[in-house]
This record gives sequence, structure tokens and C-alpha cells, in this order.
Amino acid sequence: MSIINDSLIPVIGVVTDIRIDTPDVKTFRVVTPDGKKAFDHKPGQCAMLSIPGVGEAMFSITSSPTNTEFMEFSIKKCGCLTQWLHAMEVGQQITIRGPYGNAFPVDTEFVGKDMLFIAGGIGLAPLRSVINYCRHYRDKYGKIDIVYGSRSMEDLVDYKEIIDEWVKDDGIDVHLTIDREQPEWTGHVGFVPNYVKELGFDTNKTAILCGPPIMIKFTLAGLQEIGFDKTQVYTTMELRMKCGIGKCGRCNIGSKYVCKDGPVFRCDQVDELPDEY
Amino acid sequence: MRKISLDKLDQLFAEISSKSALYIPVDTAAGAKFEKYDGTKKMSDALNTVRSAKDFFFPQTENLVDFKVEGKTIEIKETVKEDEDFVVFGVRACDVKSFEILDRVFLADPVDNFYKNRRDHGIIVSMACTRPAETCFCQTFGIDATAPAGDIECHKTTDAVYLEAKTDKGAKLLKSLNALTEDADASAVEAQKAQTKEVFKKLPLAGLDASAFGDGKTNEFFNAPEWKTLSESCLGCGTCTFVCPTCQCYDIKDFNTGHEVKRFRCWDSCMYSDFTRMAHGNPRLTQVERFRQRFMHKLVYYPTNNEGIFGCVGCGRCMAKCPINMNIVKVMKKLGGNK
Repeated sequence: MSIINDSLIPVIGVVTDIRIDTPDVKTFRVVTPDGKKAFDHKPGQCAMLSIPGVGEAMFSITSSPTNTEFMEFSIKKCGCLTQWLHAMEVGQQITIRGPYGNAFPVDTEFVGKDMLFIAGGIGLAPLRSVINYCRHYRDKYGKIDIVYGSRSMEDLVDYKEIIDEWVKDDGIDVHLTIDREQPEWTGHVGFVPNYVKELGFDTNKTAILCGPPIMIKFTLAGLQEIGFDKTQVYTTMELRMKCGIGKCGRCNIGSKYVCKDGPVFRCDQVDELPDEY
Repeated sequence: MRKISLDKLDQLFAEISSKSALYIPVDTAAGAKFEKYDGTKKMSDALNTVRSAKDFFFPQTENLVDFKVEGKTIEIKETVKEDEDFVVFGVRACDVKSFEILDRVFLADPVDNFYKNRRDHGIIVSMACTRPAETCFCQTFGIDATAPAGDIECHKTTDAVYLEAKTDKGAKLLKSLNALTEDADASAVEAQKAQTKEVFKKLPLAGLDASAFGDGKTNEFFNAPEWKTLSESCLGCGTCTFVCPTCQCYDIKDFNTGHEVKRFRCWDSCMYSDFTRMAHGNPRLTQVERFRQRFMHKLVYYPTNNEGIFGCVGCGRCMAKCPINMNIVKVMKKLGGNK
């Protein structure tokens, strides 16, 4: 008799810091009980987090792989498990397993390219990993533009890091927008798709897009209007998952499994999938 | 090839079960099912068990791991694996083929070690068919029910059971039974096979052709208007997925016993409305999409990922059990232009 060692069996994670980002988004810092990072990952990969007895779900790893001390997860309160996660206090143990999925091609296709990151709302969570990876290996990439929009000032995730760090970096332009006017807001007002068109980027860039489905749809259309090809645009998808290893069948679209073949897809690859996401 | 006369079959079962757990199909009030041999049970002559044999390797429910939760801390208690070999006797060709289809899912990287452990310890003794039913269409998928795969291939005639080892595992088991069996020539088996093949040619589904489906046909069938009419009566009961030997979708759920949290893996069904439901919505809102998913997966998606091999073995269980009499054959005929 021996113990079954399987990728479905998680390890313990300890929540060592909880940052309140927006009224419904918190960022959780997770390490193992002996204070180490649970596992290495690539930008765009995900992990299964669970509170035993409540549930287990897939979340994108928000922190960059270049952070060797801990992992961070920016999580929006929207369902049963996420409510429980939001109710946690520092020191709470959870379970974690991963990493799952492919990753953004940061060391291949992206190298030497001008990067255009476009995010809406909690869609910044998976992109933050890539953005901070590109900032860490700054010389490997060209100019970086970040377009980020949310419903309101309060709903901009990681706002402090954006203001304190990203906007101060050389060769990075951050373009923030909110949906409706607010008295304290001096920046741009309007939806992300229109803002992208207004900004009118060079079409030699590689674009990475993440946000609510409706925002992705219109932003992609906007990018194509200003001359981008779908092969230049990457996105990351999300479907219900249970196993994370392409076996439980939930995230199956066509012959692909989002947990294993994704979550990162180029937009021309998304077009090849049946319209069921 | 070895043989044993039918009146000595109980001795054979006794011998096998003295060394490892032995499962044979037996007749029950609810139809034939695999049960553990206890020295008295008689092997069923039924064409097939009501439920498929996939339970042996992918059980309907299994305990993956336990958690002890105290305050803010969690202790993980992993489950131990059984290291005992077991023998499943009398598996039909369609079900043996289904193991290969499941293998391609569960043994693909990363390997599912719960499944692999059972596969490693299981010995399959198959049983050739002699009287196929009207719902049988294994031949559509290239399966020869008169020559089933498995570790030992078995043929039952009117007076004897003939056994032939197909793998090292099977050879080892068969050798251990040499005292009970005797050498035999294949003439009786060949005669029976030829006879059965004639029966197969006359089955109502003998001409069913799957060649319209397969690798890379997603766009051809995904938006077919027929899905709507085909799925109209589907109740979403999931019976087809539960009796199906190749359906492998599963759920992972926790159960709090009050003392600890037990994490289970259970069969699930793409026919269920909450299968893909997330906090932000459901990509498959109606039964049309769920129904389409099941058949597209078996006839198109699975072959696309597995060198053209279909995710159906033609066992006919879904035809026999569907409460509204809908099944994969009707889908294939309607969409694939079969008569």
C-alpha cells in the first residue's frame, strides 16, 4: 500500500497578505507553510485554489514568475467560493495546485515586439503577470502601451502599482479610462474599445486582450478597424474547470480543452473554435 | 489455445479467486452486472451487463483525498492505493475497446494515477460474442466481437470455454491455470466465429457507416440545423452518459462529514444544465448545445485528438436505455446521411 501521488491532489497554501483593490476585488498573497512559493509558473498560467468543503476553482496567477517569493491572485467576488475567499483573514490556509495551461509566448513570439496590453476590469489580473514579466526583462521587448479601463476609479485593480510603478517606467505608456465621469477623475472617460480606436496605435504591435466577453468582442473589432490582424492579437479564455488537466470534460470547446490547450489563444485560433464560449 | 469444459468452469473461477479478486457477470433482478465471485455465483449468459465495465478503472464515485480543517489550518490526508491484482472475466469486445478509449484520456500526460493504478492491477478476460442483439453496432467502429481484445481472449461454446493469452499478464494468469485446462485446437472456435460473423452481417445496424464523421469535421456539423430537432425531446437525464462505456466527464466535489472533508471524484454528464455553469453565466444555455456536445465529442472532437478513433464502441446501451428513444445511431443517420 502506498500513497497516490496525483496532479489532482493539492498542497497547502497560506494566505500571508490580503490587499483590498476595489469594492469587489481582493488580491491574496499565497505561500507554502514553510514560506516558499508553491510552484513555478509562466505568465498566463493558472492555479486551482480551494477551500475544502466549499469548492475549488481555477484562477489566473496575477504575480509575475519573476517574483520568486510568493504568488498573488486578484480575485473578484462573484460566486460561492470567491465569497468565502473574500471572507478569509491573513493566516488562513487554503489548498493550491498547478500550474495549469499554456502561457503567453513571452520568450518566443513576443521577443523584440512593441507590446499593447488592453484590459477591462478584473481582466487586468492575468495580464499583470505578463506586464510585470516584460518590465523585469525590459530589454527583450520594445515599447509597451497599457490601456486599462474600469467602471469607475474605485474599480481599477492594482491602481496603486499602476500609478506608483508602471507610469514611472521608461518606455511604458499607461492609458487609463473609466466608464463614467467622476469629480476626482482627470483622466479619460469612455469605454475601452472606443478609447483604443481613439488612441490609434501603430499596427506593428502585438496586442494582448483580456476583459469581459463583450469588451473583448468590440475591442478586437476596433483593433481590426485600425489595421491589426487577428494573428497579432492574443487573449486568455475562461470556462468552468474541475481537473485542470484536460480530462474532466468541462472546458472542452471543439477539440480543444481551455485548461490544457489554453487559456491563452491567438485570436485567429479562437476563430477556429466552434462558437460556444 | 487452452480449453476447459463448462462443468469445470466453477473450479476455474475458484482457482482464480483464491489468488486475486475475481469479477464475473451474473444475472440479477436488475439485469446482468459484474459481481465479485464468492464460490457460488454463476456466470451470466446475457449479451452484456446493464452498466459498462468502466467502473473497474473509473468508478462512479471515488475518494481522492481528505482534509482535516481546524481553525485556519488544513491537513491533507491522501488516500492509499490498493496494490492487489484483480481479474474481470467475461468482458465483451465493445467494453474492452472502451478501455483503450479511456486510456487515451486518463493515461495522456499528465497521467491520472488513480486510473493508472487500477489499469496496472486489472487483468481483462474478454468473452467473444455469439448472439449479438439488434442494438449492436460495434462493427461500425471496426470492432470484431468474435475476436475480442483483452489480456486473455475467451470463447464459450456449447460444451467448453477456450482461452488464449494475448498479453504477458494474460499468459501468466493462463499458465497458473494449466492444471485445470488442457491444450486445444482452434477448430471449434473458428467454426463458431464463422457462424457468428454471419449473424453480424444480418443485424439491422450492419450497414451503419461513421465515415461521414471524424477528424476535423467540426465546422461541417457544429451548426447543422438538425441538432435542434434531434435534441427536442431530450430530457437531459444523463442516462446515456452513465451507461456509456466511453463517457469520461467527471465532477470533483467535497463532502463535509462533520469530522473531515472528503473530496470525491464522481461521474458527471455534459447533458446536465449546470455542467458548464459559472458565476458569470453558462456557455451552453439549452439542451440543444448540451446534446450537440455529447455527440460532437464522440464523433468529431475525440477522433480529431486521437488519430481518427471514434469515442463510441457501438455497445448499444444508450439505445436500450434512453427514455425518449434518442441515441447516437439516430444522430449518425440524420447528420451523416445514412439510410
